[in-house]
Amino acid sequence: MKWSNIKYLILRRVVQLGLLFLYFAGNYWGWNILRGDLSSSMLFGKMPLSDPFAILQMFAAGASVATTALLGAVAIALIYGVIGGRAFCSWVCPVNMVTDAAALLRRKLYIDKIERKVWISRNLRYYMIIIALIVSAITGLTAFEIISPITILNRGVIFGFGAGLGLLVAIFLFDLFVVKNGWCGHICPLGGVHSIIGKFALLSVNHTSENCTLCMKCKEVCPEVQVLNMIGKRSEIVSKIECTNCGRCIDVCNDDALNFSILNLAKK
Amino acid sequence: MSNEKKPEISSRRRFFTDVAHHGGLAAMGVLLWGGFATKAKSSPLTLRPPAALPEEDFLNTCIKCGLCSEACRVRPQNIDKESGKFKEPTLKMAKANDNVTTGTPYFKPVDRREATLVDTLLYGHIRGEVIENGVPCYMCEDIPCVPACPTGALDITKVTNSKTGELDFKMMDMGLAVVDTNSCIAYWGIQCDACYRACPLLDDAIKLVYDRNSRTGKHAFLKPEVNMDTCTGCGLCEVACVTEKPAIYVLPREVALGKPGDHYVKGWDKKDQQRVKDRVQTDVTTHNKRSEKSPEDYLNKGLEF
Ligand code: SF4
Ligand code: SF4
Ligand code: SF4
Ligand code: SF4
Repeated sequence: MKWSNIKYLILRRVVQLGLLFLYFAGNYWGWNILRGDLSSSMLFGKMPLSDPFAILQMFAAGASVATTALLGAVAIALIYGVIGGRAFCSWVCPVNMVTDAAALLRRKLYIDKIERKVWISRNLRYYMIIIALIVSAITGLTAFEIISPITILNRGVIFGFGAGLGLLVAIFLFDLFVVKNGWCGHICPLGGVHSIIGKFALLSVNHTSENCTLCMKCKEVCPEVQVLNMIGKRSEIVSKIECTNCGRCIDVCNDDALNFSILNLAKK
Repeated sequence: MSNEKKPEISSRRRFFTDVAHHGGLAAMGVLLWGGFATKAKSSPLTLRPPAALPEEDFLNTCIKCGLCSEACRVRPQNIDKESGKFKEPTLKMAKANDNVTTGTPYFKPVDRREATLVDTLLYGHIRGEVIENGVPCYMCEDIPCVPACPTGALDITKVTNSKTGELDFKMMDMGLAVVDTNSCIAYWGIQCDACYRACPLLDDAIKLVYDRNSRTGKHAFLKPEVNMDTCTGCGLCEVACVTEKPAIYVLPREVALGKPGDHYVKGWDKKDQQRVKDRVQTDVTTHNKRSEKSPEDYLNKGLEF
């Protein structure tokens, strides 16, 4: 396998695992680089970073949140909103490694090729956001945060695992046998929130249809295939908000028809 | 089924059906999820970190970041002198099997339980093996856990002396120690002051009350008694207690304490007298099931309440 075919994949894994390691080290050895977890962290003991969706649920549940966490949420929204787009999902979120593994195994076992009857709308995640906020308001709990496999896995690495690990196994099996990219591509409300946050971000994938040989490798690996509807047809940037900027399509393309572009403000 | 010809429906009809369909699904989601969430609330016996907001507020304000637990773990006093490594922190982040809302910090001074299937699967404990991982709060003078909280779920004003503006660990209030006087061997007349000496607020939060032992006629009882006003609920006494299951243990104050209400006022106490003036009293009569009947009914008709 050529480096250019796995470049972004490897980079992503380095970033994902590196962040988990820094979180772990923050708690285990007391390193003061990255403390806390993905819900809220402290960078170098100074800069707060918080999950905007968690803060939204806290407001819905009736909390008055201290400024530190609010600033942290603004910081995260700005980082992804201006630069990264939905990059959280593919470069940071640890569940991505679980669901990517399921997707890989699916391809290897040819499960993709077998016709499945289960269909879920890819918009379900946006309903999940609304339902999470309603449930938060009714119960006074942060509805998604108490069941989120993301924080369960993340906290598990930092503070030790418990029975919540079962939920991750369930998601793996669901993605493997029930719906392709079921969790990250259909259900996860945090993915929905990051899609919305990243709408106007600078980083995006650019397609050059003149170079495209229609091999369709990109569509095979993309976790959000619907965003690649221009492949071989039009030269344009991937502008649908669900693209996670994972760069997998760029990796697998051998014809230089896909690339990252920054500052592509002239949309379409 | 999909091959059969579907009956034509108007776009108007379709719109309403769609709305009903989506609304129904959303309602189902809210019910299922909400039902689960109410189950996910913590056991009422949960002890929260120092300066935590009241449970209801704490649950919606804590973002589950674990910064408090980390601050507790990596404080210099928590280094094990032999190995040079950090010890288990007081504050644990709740896991799905802990009976505490997932991801929220809590502590248990004494936590002795048998290994479950989850412990076996994840950590290789033998089934039935006794696991001990309770840690009390050491009432750190600088209270590192509280300022670490980014959300205000741990409210620093609760442990800040309003006059000096400095942190005061004596203002902590995680719970209240309660003595089971039947099991406490000091109440039997056996000499023990383990809890008394373990208490960081020595001779204040626990006092030894001297009593004559009339059984022997020549010995004294030295009975530990908890001062409800100053005990912080740190649990050091619970850990120190020598009985098989501690005879002194910490409960959340809401569980341990009653409430006299506005009717009863200490006429001899100036401060309590103030309550008479402050209280908003619209109705001084108690209304409940028992009060529907009159005392005569109880005497004359032999009613049971
Ligand atoms: S379009 Fe490319 S970068 Fe975007 S999600 Fe699909 S594979 Fe990843
Ligand atoms: S006061 Fe000290 S021991 Fe107690 S919870 Fe806070 S950091 Fe831990
Ligand atoms: S630091 Fe505050 S928000 Fe974070 S887990 Fe502790 S109590 Fe919750
Ligand atoms: S819990 Fe026990 S040791 Fe701690 S302050 Fe109260 S009486 Fe003292």
